[in-house]
Amino acid sequence: MTIVPIIKRDYITKLAEEGKRIDGRDFNHYRKIEIETNVVNKAEGSARVKIGNTQVLCGIKMDIGEPFPDTPKTGVMSTAAEFIPMASPDFESGPPREDAIELARVVDRGVRESQVIQLDKLCITPAEKVWLVFIDIHILDYDGNLFDAASLAALAALLTTKVPVSRFLKELSEKDRASWQERLLELYTIPGVDEVPFGVDEADPKPIKNFPLPMSEPPVSCTAVKINDFVFFDPCFDEEVIADVRLTVATDHKGDIRAMQKGRSGSFSKEEIQKVIKGALDNGQEIRKKLYHSIGK
Amino acid sequence: MKSDMELITSEGKRRDGRSPEDIRKIKIEAGVLHRADGSCYLEWGGNKVLAAVYGPREAVPRHTQNPLRAIVQARYNMAAFSVEDRKRPGPDRRSVEISKVISEALERVVLTEQFPRASIDVNIEVLDAEAGTRCAGLTAAAVALIDAGIPMRDIPVACAAGKIGGQVVLDLGKEEDNFGDADLPIAISPRTGEVLLLQMDGHLTLDEFNQAFDLAVKGCHIVSEIQKKAIMHKYQSAAAEVQE
Repeated sequence: MTIVPIIKRDYITKLAEEGKRIDGRDFNHYRKIEIETNVVNKAEGSARVKIGNTQVLCGIKMDIGEPFPDTPKTGVMSTAAEFIPMASPDFESGPPREDAIELARVVDRGVRESQVIQLDKLCITPAEKVWLVFIDIHILDYDGNLFDAASLAALAALLTTKVPVSRFLKELSEKDRASWQERLLELYTIPGVDEVPFGVDEADPKPIKNFPLPMSEPPVSCTAVKINDFVFFDPCFDEEVIADVRLTVATDHKGDIRAMQKGRSGSFSKEEIQKVIKGALDNGQEIRKKLYHSIGK
Repeated sequence: MKSDMELITSEGKRRDGRSPEDIRKIKIEAGVLHRADGSCYLEWGGNKVLAAVYGPREAVPRHTQNPLRAIVQARYNMAAFSVEDRKRPGPDRRSVEISKVISEALERVVLTEQFPRASIDVNIEVLDAEAGTRCAGLTAAAVALIDAGIPMRDIPVACAAGKIGGQVVLDLGKEEDNFGDADLPIAISPRTGEVLLLQMDGHLTLDEFNQAFDLAVKGCHIVSEIQKKAIMHKYQSAAAEVQE
């Protein structure tokens, strides 16, 4: 550890002993969160999320491709994160490194394992053609807590994504179109898919319109770090670089835990983990409200 | 497709309603990022571009250092979601070339001799693309350099002219770029008129070239005013904040 972080560490722990943080927040509080959707016209869905000074942009692109052989009726999603040198003096260009890969995989798991995207509804012709969903995360400004900012941006972008049927219609054969239409009608019968007109025009029941990406209730992730014995939620950059250990907890609307990731070389006790989970549930509720508000729900 | 698309009517009306000498709408904001030493967000028609400057800082790896002056390293990058069909992340041949010509254009105006062995890093991210991203990128980079306090001889600025349907026009739009006859992006130092960047593809007669070049210079001066306003605005609002 070089000299500057040691000085910062002293400063941050001294403040913490007095119950304070460097930006004046409570230990459990988040910085101001702003979510803006539909910021990139060329993308199928997009969102810019700011948590304090941290800024992340997520764009969704869709394409048609082959399913994996073991899941012939399931759409395919993939997540990539780029730590572009714009975001921090320490980021370098080149292929993604550890940190970027960990971030992309944590966001990917949060979306994939909770079945946030209903991939089973993105099949066009089984074993031949399915929709591919690409989640690309761009870190624009790095002031700590990328996990929460990136996963929130991914969710907001996915929730505003329109499947670009009209653009790909030319590429679909008669067989594909027939198969797609049949599957669309199936979608109609699923409870909960409800009022959304899934691209079916009543007068001409062909799936030619773009329709919202079928989504389930998403889990929201919250991150805390530990410095000495103090647990801070939503660490800013100065707190994050000196933190001993980090824990991200994703919770769903029912208050259940859907994903966790511990990072850095320190350790937590069971009590501390429970404390983080409690804080993640409380903050998760608030963030979920903001997320729905941003997409007009 | 090329033949059946009318890019410009006989009355000189273009597909987006502009006349031949109209430029698309431009919006520039300086100082939008926290970590960067200087930054700029720019919208130019359907283009959305973000530029960030870091430096002057020690150039690494060391063999890139110049003992007499700073190097200017621009990196132009397109987001995967900025185009119709997803672009694979990372540099390709096109972005490497654009990075190079932009670096060279900026190096000409920066007072590099003041910072031996240093590097001034300019990151240009294209978030949403719609023809003319290199001009938008260079224009944004110039504002970000000013925002970072990098000493410069002038504020460089870029704009393109081109030819569609046999007519010379300013600032090609998307279809005009894809199906037009020629594209001529230039960057100038507006104070002296020096040309800092010039590329051309397509087909122009000598007369048409002269006409297009003059038109592009005219476009540059329009954009230059918007750049200056954005910079003034940043310092004015900073001053207002201090007074409060």
